Amino acid sequence: MLNLMLQSMRNRLTSVCLTLTVIALAVALFIGVELVRTQAKQSFANTLSGTDLVVGARSGNLNLLLYSVFRLGNATNNIGYDTYQRLAQTRGIDWTIPLALGDSHRGYRVIGTNLDYFRHYQFGQRQSLHFAQGDPFDDLFEVVLGAEVARTLGYQLGDALTLSHGAGGSTSFVHHDEMPFTVVGILSPTGTPVDRSLHVSLEAIEAIHAGWQGGARVHGVNADEINQYDLTPKTITAFLVGLKSKFQLLNVQRAINTERSEPLSAVLPGMALAELWALLGQAEKALAIVSAFVVAVGLTGMLTTLLASLGERRREMAILRAMGAGPRHVFMLLWAEAALLALFGTLLGYLLAQGVILALAPLALAQYGLVLTPSLPTGTVAWMMLGVQLTGSLAGVLPAWRAYRHTLADGLTQRL
Amino acid sequence: MSLLTLRQLSYRWPGSERTLSVPALTLAAGERAMLRGSSGSGKSTLLNLISGVLKPDSGSLTLAGEALTTLSAGKRDRLRAETMGIVFQQFNLLPYLSVRQNILLPLKFAPGRRAKVVEPEIEVRRLLDAMELDAGILDRPVTALSVGQQQRVAVARALIGAPALILADEPTSALDPSARDHFMDLLAKQCHQTGSALLLVSHDPALARVVERQYQLQLHDSGSEVLPC
Repeated sequence: MLNLMLQSMRNRLTSVCLTLTVIALAVALFIGVELVRTQAKQSFANTLSGTDLVVGARSGNLNLLLYSVFRLGNATNNIGYDTYQRLAQTRGIDWTIPLALGDSHRGYRVIGTNLDYFRHYQFGQRQSLHFAQGDPFDDLFEVVLGAEVARTLGYQLGDALTLSHGAGGSTSFVHHDEMPFTVVGILSPTGTPVDRSLHVSLEAIEAIHAGWQGGARVHGVNADEINQYDLTPKTITAFLVGLKSKFQLLNVQRAINTERSEPLSAVLPGMALAELWALLGQAEKALAIVSAFVVAVGLTGMLTTLLASLGERRREMAILRAMGAGPRHVFMLLWAEAALLALFGTLLGYLLAQGVILALAPLALAQYGLVLTPSLPTGTVAWMMLGVQLTGSLAGVLPAWRAYRHTLADGLTQRL
Repeated sequence: MSLLTLRQLSYRWPGSERTLSVPALTLAAGERAMLRGSSGSGKSTLLNLISGVLKPDSGSLTLAGEALTTLSAGKRDRLRAETMGIVFQQFNLLPYLSVRQNILLPLKFAPGRRAKVVEPEIEVRRLLDAMELDAGILDRPVTALSVGQQQRVAVARALIGAPALILADEPTSALDPSARDHFMDLLAKQCHQTGSALLLVSHDPALARVVERQYQLQLHDSGSEVLPC
C-alpha cells in the first residue's frame, strides 16, 4: 500500500512538490520568526549586565531605563556632579559610570562619560566592551564610536566629526561646528545600544557648551580658547552603579532614593527590563500569532491540493476497489499521504531554516553582534513541528473521509 | 456446481422507489454468460451487487460457496479480491504504474491468488503473450498504450492468479468492430484456458456469440428485472 501511495504521489509530482514547498516555507518562516523573537528577547535582556543600579533624576523606572540604557527619549532632569561624586563614595559601591546625554551626531546619541565606561560597562553574559580598532579617548576632543555608527557613517580612525546640540538626531539645527572631534577608537559590535552611541569625555561635553547659558549659545568659543574655561563637569544625566556585594543592594538603593540634596531614583535594571519587556511582549505575541497563521495557511494549501485532486482520483479509487481494496484502504491511502506531506514538509522547512541561519550567521555576527547557530528543535519550535504534524494528520482526515464517501457511493462505477 | 447464484434478489436504489430484482441467475464454474441491457437499466448496480460492493435489500447471493449477503464489508472486499477479475469499459489501468505493475496489482490484495503465481515475471509474460501483446511494453507507462492494448492488459490483469470469475463491463465499447471481435475471442479463450467463468455485461448483441447463456435486464415502471432469454 505504501509503495502504491508513493508511486501515486510521484505521478502527481508537481502538485506534491508545491504542497511540500508551501509547508516547508511556512515552517521555515515560523522557525525564523521564532528565532528572531527569542534573539530579540535575548539581546534585550543582554543589553546591560553586571550593573546593579541605574541612577537618575527622580522619574519612573521605564523612563530612566530608556534614556540611560537604551538611549531613547530624554531625561527629566540632571544630577549635580558634586552629588554624583559624593554618592559614588557610598559604602558598598564598587564602581560607577557617569553618563551625560543631550548631544547627538547625525541621529546617533553622544554619551559623555569617563574611562570607567570602557572598564566596567558589561552586556550579554558579563561581556566587557572591546575595541575593534584604536583606544579609549584620553584627550579633550577625541571620540570613541560604537560599531554601527562607524559602519553606517563610514568613519575610520583619525576622521574628524562635529557634534550637534540636542538629542533630536539629524533634525538638530544647532551644531558644535567650531569644535571638531577626532575618532580614536571604534568598539566591537555588541548588539546593544552601545553600537549606536558616540563616546566622549565629560569634559568634552562641558567644552562644547562653553559660552552657553540655559541651553542656548550666548557667544561662540573656539577650540583654541577652550583652555581658558573651567571644564570640570557641572551636571551629568545618570550613572550606573556596580556593587561590591549584592547584599548591599537595598542599603545603597535606599541611600540614593533618600538623598536630600536632590530627588533621585535608583532602579534595578533587571526589574525595569522585565517591566519594559512586558510592554514589548505584545509585539512578540503578535509575531507568534502571525507565524502560527502562516503555518495554518501552509496546511490549508495542502488540504486544498488534496481535496482538489480527489475528483480526478475517483477513477483510481474505483480501480483499487475492483482489485479488492476496501473503503478503509482508500481512507488510509489519502490520510497517509497527508501525514507524509506534513512530515516531510516540516522536516524540509526545518532544514531550510537551519540552512538560512547557517548562511546568515557570519553577517548577523558582523553587523548586529547576534550569535545565530543552527540548533536542534527545542521548546516552541519542537512543539510547533509536532503541532504541524498533528494538525496535518488531522487535516488529512477530511480528504480521506471524502474519498471514503466517494468510494462507498461510486463502488466500481467509474465517475469521470 | 454453481459458482454464482442469485435468488429472489432485490435492491432498491437509495432515494428512489425503483428496484432492481433478480428472481434467478446462476453461473456454473467455467461457464460464460452474458447480461444484456440498455444503459440506465441497472447493469452497473448489478455488477456492484455481485462484486459485493453493494448489499441487496433482500434475497440471497452466493459466490464460491459463500453467502455474500451475510459477510461483512471487509470480508466481501477480500472475497472479491480472491475470486474476481474485473475489466471495465475503459480506464482500467493505474496511470502511475508500469504495465507489469498493473498486471501484478491484484496479487497485493489477494494472498490466495498470489500463492498460485509461483513465478510472477514468467506468469506476466505468459499472460501478455496469450493476449497477443509484445513483452516490450512491460516497462512502458500505460499511458503510452493504445486503448485496444490497454483493454488487453486489463484482461491479463483480471486473469492473473486464476480467479474463479471474470466480470467484464462493456469491455469492448471503446474498440472498433474488427478489434472487438478479436478481443472477445481472446477473452473467451483465455477464460476457458484458465478455467474462469465469465460474466459479460453489455448492450451489444454482437458479443453474444462467445457465451453459452444469456440474461436480459428488462425495464419496468417499477424498476428493472433480470430474466433469462
